[in-house]
Amino acid sequence: MTEQVLQPVAEVRPKTQFRIAELYRKSQGLLLNLLALFLGLGFWTLVTRAGVVGLPGPVGVAERFVELASSGQLFVDIGSSLSRVLTGFLLGVSVAVPIGFLMGWYKTARSLIEPYVQFFRMVPPLAVIPLAIVTMGIDETPKIFVIFLAAFLSSVVATYQGVISVDKTLVSAARVLGAGDARIFLSVIVPASVPFILVGFRIGLGASWATVVAAELIAAQSGLGFRMQQAQLYYELDTIFVSLITIGFLGLVMDRLVQAAEQRLTTWQERV
Amino acid sequence: MSTKIQFKNVSRHFGEGADRFVALQNLDLDIEDGEFVTVVGPSGCGKSTAMNIAAGLLDTSSGEALVDGEEVNGPGPERGMIFQQYALFPWLSVRKNVEFGLKIQGLPKEERKKISDRYLELVGLTDFADALPKTLSGGMKQRCAIARAYAVNPKILLMDEPFGALDALTRVNMQDQLLDTWSRERRTIMFITHDVDEAVYMANRVIVMASRPGRLKEIIPVNLPYPRTEDIRLSPEFAEIRNRVWHAVYHQ
Repeated sequence: MTEQVLQPVAEVRPKTQFRIAELYRKSQGLLLNLLALFLGLGFWTLVTRAGVVGLPGPVGVAERFVELASSGQLFVDIGSSLSRVLTGFLLGVSVAVPIGFLMGWYKTARSLIEPYVQFFRMVPPLAVIPLAIVTMGIDETPKIFVIFLAAFLSSVVATYQGVISVDKTLVSAARVLGAGDARIFLSVIVPASVPFILVGFRIGLGASWATVVAAELIAAQSGLGFRMQQAQLYYELDTIFVSLITIGFLGLVMDRLVQAAEQRLTTWQERV
Repeated sequence: MSTKIQFKNVSRHFGEGADRFVALQNLDLDIEDGEFVTVVGPSGCGKSTAMNIAAGLLDTSSGEALVDGEEVNGPGPERGMIFQQYALFPWLSVRKNVEFGLKIQGLPKEERKKISDRYLELVGLTDFADALPKTLSGGMKQRCAIARAYAVNPKILLMDEPFGALDALTRVNMQDQLLDTWSRERRTIMFITHDVDEAVYMANRVIVMASRPGRLKEIIPVNLPYPRTEDIRLSPEFAEIRNRVWHAVYHQ
């Protein structure tokens, strides 16, 4: 049989050669990344030293960072922002996934729920903050609610998309093998929509993170957004920079974590 | 021989009013136990519709489809189906794909393994039992799908252009392998194809259909012995039957 010659790709390539080439390719990318970082820092230093803009330079910001970190203030802020995001996000996706499945699986449910989802998708979660504060007070509830909304809306649409784009032939194949509706749902629909759901999670987490910072700017007693708000009052530009960089960095880390989970859970996908 | 699949005056249309489209009109066809029947015809001739009706994935608009004398009512594991696009579950390994139907039947793990081992061997995929479908070539994917269909021990195999997506060389290879599998584990096979050559090579009867509306045109017996070989494929007798089928398909 001619086809037997075809082995899974990894087995055919000479392993060591493959690794070195891979390492080279990867490290080259990394080196360029680092270079870009240093160039950016250099530019930042130059611009601030020359007094072109009245902003703190990298050294000042780094000093402030150490100060905030050693006093523990920074970690308190990170902790409260992160816990809001995670609570809101987890609540959001745990409601979104079942509802998304419901919408994808039952036409009636779809027609009942979809108008609301599509409408609220057009309202930025931040625009709900004033209403949330008035109706829910100024404690944690309104903040977690808007994050919930942000995470929910992106994940519900993704899950629903995932269900309706399941390959119909797979459903037929399961059916002729004797699968009933429940089995088809659990063994075909759910695994086939996982990649969509994870993309929804990724977008949802990004939206939650963006929302929390903005929510804290408006009403909070702690958190990275709150810290910036305070720093603004006292013209502490370096604190604002520390907060901004921390926000960006944490957002990046969270995105990478979801991406890694996505890669791991969807190794079966054929990637182009 | 007893009749395995029977289409009794089966019609099927889609849509209503101005959109009404007759996919299949008054199909009368008996397929005997253990036969290898191929179905050819232009697109829109209702061949897939007829197959989906036999599979129980589609209802008839009128008439009835019988399997073993019983009216078809939904799909069942006694009728296996093979799709052009393989329809393997991409998140399951080759072995787990083959065991999918067995798991539904609630067979214990050891038993499932025994059966999957047997059919993986039959289609020559033993070494790839733990591979994911994405690492397989098209031909291997289809062999996996054939093993999966065989594993639940169906009496009938319905194949909807199973080799349509394969290149010409792999295709010829797969034809021989399927005939080999079939000769060792005989089932009633209804096999749809676009390829006149393939239709004649595989079948003991070729069903030619015509389109608009989809209907049976002609049944052409293939009186060539099994096992089919290259010599048969290149013989004048083969060419003669092939000509007949060709004319029936292309000069409607």
